[in-house]
Amino acid sequence: MTSLTRRSLLAMAGAAPLAGLATSVSTPSGWLNVSPRELIRKQYFPDVTLKTHLGKSVRLYEDLIKDKFVVINFMLVNCVDGTCPITTYNLKMVRDLLKDRVGKDIFMYSITLDPERDSPEALKVYAEVHGAGPGWTYLRAGVRETALLRRSLGFSDRDPKADANTSNHLTMVRFGNEPRQVWGATSGLISPRSMAKSILSADWPNAPKPLLAPAPDEYRIRRPPTPAPQ
Amino acid sequence: MHLLKYNWSNLSRNAWNNRQELIAAGQTTRRDLLKLGLLTGSGLLIAKEGLSSRTAHAGGIASPVTRSFVQPLPISPIKRPLANGINSLFPLPTIEPNNAGGEGRTRAHQAFVNYPDKFQLTSPALKVFEIKQKESWSRMSPDLPLQRGWGFDGLVPGPTYYAKYGEQMLVRNRNMLPADNGGFGIQRVSTHLHNAHNPSESDGFPYDFFPNPQNPLTANATFYDHHYPNVLAGFSSTHAPDGDIRESLGTLWYHDHSAGYTAQNTYKGLSGMYILYNHLDNGNENDPTGYRLPGVRSTTDFYANVSYDIPLMLCDRVFNPSTGQLYFDLFERDGILGDKFLVNGAIQPYLMTKPRRYRFRLADGGPSRFYQLFLTDKGSNTAIPFWIISNDGNLLPKPIKVTSVPLSVAERRDIVIDFKPWAGKTLYLENRLVQSNGRGPDENLGSALSLKAPGTGDFIMQFKVETAAVADNSINFETTPNVRFYDLPEVSTTPVVTRNFRFGRFNSMWTVNEKLFPDDENTVNFRVRKNSAEVWTLQNNSGGWMHPVHTHVEEFQLVKRNGVPVVAGSIDQARKDVMWLGHGELHTLAFRFRDFTGRYPMHCHNPIPEDHAMMLRFDIDDSGDTNSEP
Repeated sequence: MTSLTRRSLLAMAGAAPLAGLATSVSTPSGWLNVSPRELIRKQYFPDVTLKTHLGKSVRLYEDLIKDKFVVINFMLVNCVDGTCPITTYNLKMVRDLLKDRVGKDIFMYSITLDPERDSPEALKVYAEVHGAGPGWTYLRAGVRETALLRRSLGFSDRDPKADANTSNHLTMVRFGNEPRQVWGATSGLISPRSMAKSILSADWPNAPKPLLAPAPDEYRIRRPPTPAPQ
Repeated sequence: MHLLKYNWSNLSRNAWNNRQELIAAGQTTRRDLLKLGLLTGSGLLIAKEGLSSRTAHAGGIASPVTRSFVQPLPISPIKRPLANGINSLFPLPTIEPNNAGGEGRTRAHQAFVNYPDKFQLTSPALKVFEIKQKESWSRMSPDLPLQRGWGFDGLVPGPTYYAKYGEQMLVRNRNMLPADNGGFGIQRVSTHLHNAHNPSESDGFPYDFFPNPQNPLTANATFYDHHYPNVLAGFSSTHAPDGDIRESLGTLWYHDHSAGYTAQNTYKGLSGMYILYNHLDNGNENDPTGYRLPGVRSTTDFYANVSYDIPLMLCDRVFNPSTGQLYFDLFERDGILGDKFLVNGAIQPYLMTKPRRYRFRLADGGPSRFYQLFLTDKGSNTAIPFWIISNDGNLLPKPIKVTSVPLSVAERRDIVIDFKPWAGKTLYLENRLVQSNGRGPDENLGSALSLKAPGTGDFIMQFKVETAAVADNSINFETTPNVRFYDLPEVSTTPVVTRNFRFGRFNSMWTVNEKLFPDDENTVNFRVRKNSAEVWTLQNNSGGWMHPVHTHVEEFQLVKRNGVPVVAGSIDQARKDVMWLGHGELHTLAFRFRDFTGRYPMHCHNPIPEDHAMMLRFDIDDSGDTNSEP
């Protein structure tokens, strides 16, 4: 242990490089020069492979997040309390508000919390029923990976009892602009227009301004027109 | 006052928590801990100053070790007005928003429009300032690299404003934040002057940020003019023409309030202090016509630092142990707890102190830390008495002698400490409140807050008291009987409406009165009639969270705490703008809304719930509504 430095601690820590503790204050020049972007990647985006609702294998960071402006939520097809269909419905409205930018420079991801039951086929049906469309991908990871993703993407609860209740993970929508390093969150149960505005706070600095048309009737929670498919 | 109980078993619990934290941080063996000198032979962690007081959780990291009390307390410079008034600015300030010229404001300066006899933009008496939000490089500890952050004028915390009642100010904010945010923070800003009786358009409403890509008029804005009238509430109604002296404010602070990003931007450094003086509370102990609170000011220069009257902005932070840089957990939802305590931007500083009385203006700059502060002499662990003279920066009716002071996020308390009996000694400001996560301090059964044992708390700063005697003409509360400051304004017995607010939580989202917070600046939750009085009850149903609830525009008075009328002579009997709402608590507050109209928020000042939309908008207008459950 005597030869431990920050550097070797980092190497040892492997997948959790932030978990080192400085053992000495006498080496002020020993600070690592890691870009904030790289630190964010290491802490929040584990190298997990997921399957899309179209059956394609994708890697979380390399394929889904790197260089992109993304919107991420968790869902499950067999939603017991009705929050998923509302969030999904609102996200569809958000996609409509963002128009052709979704699939071009904004990408939406809905990850299932229930990979055991939500097969890619079930997700495909769900996507079709809810009108996901291009640029909006439904994703499924392994059981363990799903738990890891939920924690690392900040959808977990400190209180184990609350954490065990899936309803607590289904209403938050996270968004971020990876190269710009701007990350935020909004609720899936507020007006789609507010959601879209919130999401656009992470927009590219020089993007053409996507002005959202006024929609006064959107200031209330909308219920989905049809019940979720079972 | 909360009931405070000493719970000795907390010592072992904290030790266990600390150990878990170290283990999580990579120090996995008992031998490592022994080597670091952190573990005693009996297995208990040594209560070491500056050791993390934050427990481990998923994604949590521990800061590198830093030495305590090796750097002096930084004292921010005083912001100076521009020499040529409004003519110093280009483009010239305007009453209407100058969107074409690059301004981010969306409404006219109402005080110039509605009260032209009192406020004129062209008045030579108007003090004009320019402040720039830009990248900062600051030294928070000699054991850490220079910290890249954001600061007002590139300073963390920003410069301190000295303001005077009756002397209005215009402050131009220039947003010069760099395109590369360094990992967190957003380059759109709205500066809130916390506690000021200000017009809505100069309040720093969260959705008044600029630039705003969604608004074609302000999409490319680079500046925003704030008009600070520095006027007493009631000047246009109950106490014309100069307002009610009993509504005098003292210790305010300013910080970024950008909707959805307040936590990131203030954590990054966008905050500072604003001191408001009047002819009584004038920062001059040598003036026999004033209150003679500790403070010696230059006779020629109002903007020279007042000696012995020192703001202490408390913050906690985490630093990445491998890069040494400020660390912000982007995906944390509960509130962020730091393991390093900073005062005025430095980790655990010391202050060379004269053996005389000082006034300290404590402010909790957050993000999520609550405090119970004691003055400790390490040799005897004495809880040394001192005086509280303000609540939320507003002078109390009279000073109160205490041995500790509570402080929740965004609250301010002015305290007076007499160091004369401690000449040659070293004292500490010690936080003994137990808090394991950002949701709020830990509670024991019976809702008493947990306190660490004397001498085992977090030593936040050090006072090295010198021996050479100096002059002290400040008032001595010990020997002067019946010291009084402003009386409290009477509370209206006929409020227009009593409004009830139940703060709850549903599916991890915040609710008020069982409805989701709207998270939309265009939704007006309720309307208040200008120059009217209201009563609000705030109730916390959110199980596990405490909320420091902050209301903009005008002070409230706490009438009842959990149904019990406030005790005369307690620090609860005060004018406030932040209400610490503990678990299951219900408080009754009395408000007046005078002089100004427009949009204002009420929100939780723990910025994590705040950024996740724990916020209501109310508008002050000429009619108001009587919605009792907005």
